[in-house]
Amino acid sequence: MKLKNVTQAAGFLFLRICVTAAILALVVILADIVTKGIGVISWEFLTTMPKNGMTQGGILPAIVGTFLVTVITALLAIPLGMGCAIYLNEYASDTKLTRLIRMSIRNLSGVPSIVYGLFGVILFVQLMNLGTCVLSAGMTLGLMTLPWTITASEEALKNVPRSYREGALALGATKWQTIRTNVLPYAIPGMLTGTILGLSRAAGETAPILFTGAAFYLPFLPKSLFSQFMALPYHLYVMSTQHHAISKVRPIAYGTALVLITMVFAMNLVAVIARYRLRKIKME
Amino acid sequence: MKNAKINVSKFNFYYGDSRVLKDITIDIPENRVTGIIGPSGCGKSTFLRSLNRMNDVILGSRAEGSVMLDGRDIYGRDVDVAGLRRKVGMVFQKSNPFPKSVFENVAYGLRIDGIKDKYFIEERVERSLRDAALWSEVKDRLRDNAFELSGGQQQRLCIARALAIEPEILLMDEPASALDPTATLKIEELIQELKKKYTIIIVTHNMQQAARVSDLTAFFMLGELVEYDITSIIFTKPSKKLTEDYITGRFG
Ligand SMILES: Nc1ncnc2c1ncn2[C@@H]1O[C@H](COP(=O)(O)OP(=O)(O)OP(=O)(O)O)[C@@H](O)[C@H]1O
Ligand SMILES: [Mg+2]
Repeated sequence: MKLKNVTQAAGFLFLRICVTAAILALVVILADIVTKGIGVISWEFLTTMPKNGMTQGGILPAIVGTFLVTVITALLAIPLGMGCAIYLNEYASDTKLTRLIRMSIRNLSGVPSIVYGLFGVILFVQLMNLGTCVLSAGMTLGLMTLPWTITASEEALKNVPRSYREGALALGATKWQTIRTNVLPYAIPGMLTGTILGLSRAAGETAPILFTGAAFYLPFLPKSLFSQFMALPYHLYVMSTQHHAISKVRPIAYGTALVLITMVFAMNLVAVIARYRLRKIKME
Repeated sequence: MKNAKINVSKFNFYYGDSRVLKDITIDIPENRVTGIIGPSGCGKSTFLRSLNRMNDVILGSRAEGSVMLDGRDIYGRDVDVAGLRRKVGMVFQKSNPFPKSVFENVAYGLRIDGIKDKYFIEERVERSLRDAALWSEVKDRLRDNAFELSGGQQQRLCIARALAIEPEILLMDEPASALDPTATLKIEELIQELKKKYTIIIVTHNMQQAARVSDLTAFFMLGELVEYDITSIIFTKPSKKLTEDYITGRFG
């Protein structure tokens, strides 16, 4: 065998080991959660309040809380993020300022979530006087998701060939008509995928909601957007580190983890299906 | 020139710092085919795209001088660029159908113009496809995606799409560059047909084609208009040595 082939074989072997290690870690974690969590999942677990200092009962308020917060997150992050991306990619000229803005947005997606949490406390809870509630927490997560939405949306817009835009403009379309009829329809599947991935990441975050609205233990559902709430990731954190009888509630913690993972997984599935559907529609 | 539809004078065009069109002055007559020839990179496409301000979309580009269409400067202050482009249709060098159905491709220009009348749109789509010599091939495939058509059909679809909004001028950038001889012939016949209604400016690399289809021919080189005259004169007794060298194939 030639040296070239040996290096190639070694290279492939290395890549294979990397992939296997990554997948293996994932499988082990998933298998652990599923095997230990599946036992506690029941209709009752999903639809009732926690009881007896959270040692018994279900996790309904945490499910509802996470759902509501994610809806708020989406309402903030999707329109704002898509709008920003459209502006940056289609309208803003390429100046030092726009390049700086773009770089800042990329950097913001790397800011630790606890920093967003503290920012949310100052902006929403204190300055805007909303208090610790669903709205504050949802908007904090929305801000955290924005950089991801913007970046993914801009990427999707960039992937629409220039010839679609030029073709429309040459037929007398205005810039906005061009964007609306001949750019967005082809970019939206990509925008959605990126956005939903960002949302599902937000749904699993603890730090940003910790100070902005999530409650340790509330055996009832949030009455309005201005109420405190329980959330799956925070509940999981509490059950596995803060509870007075950690080993006793371990099964509930596993069940909570399984529900959370399933929710996130379902959202990603929606992203995939939405993309598939939209791609079909755009081809008419 | 009498009956000039377009008067270009002292027109310069820059991509950043590089000047790719140099002091172009040319009058383009109505209801004639004007051919533009010249070596690759000499600015033919840039010139064509200057006539409907398609170059506006290129960042860092700049135009100088004037382009008068029916006596009005298209680079003037309060020109409605979208309206200008409806008047000055364009078929691009690379055919660019939209990822929509054949029908919707042709109807696009009408729809964005706010036309809702279904029968009007259907009628106009059919006529445009007929004018582009494509109707018989696609009449049963109107709902198919345009990407499923052959290369030559896609090119004619782009022509039909431009015709559907009834422009006054049609700019064609090498409309036959990717076509086989039969399809090319179809397009050339089509151009002869179209010039009754439209003013046509066509860029081509093919000398025989320029000689066949155009009434007037302009020879560009390195961003300059070297010679512009009646086609038969350009091809039989050009006044510039450069032109003669080019059309006899001594370079380019
Ligand atoms: N978007 C652009 N940015 C910068 N330079 C450009 C751009 N488009 C064209 N040019 C340059 O301008 C010059 C003229 O280009 P143009 O496309 O008009 O040539 P052409 O005569 O149409 O060539 P061809 O026959 O190969 O199509 C070339 O040197 C080209 O590299
Ligand atoms: Mg060209």
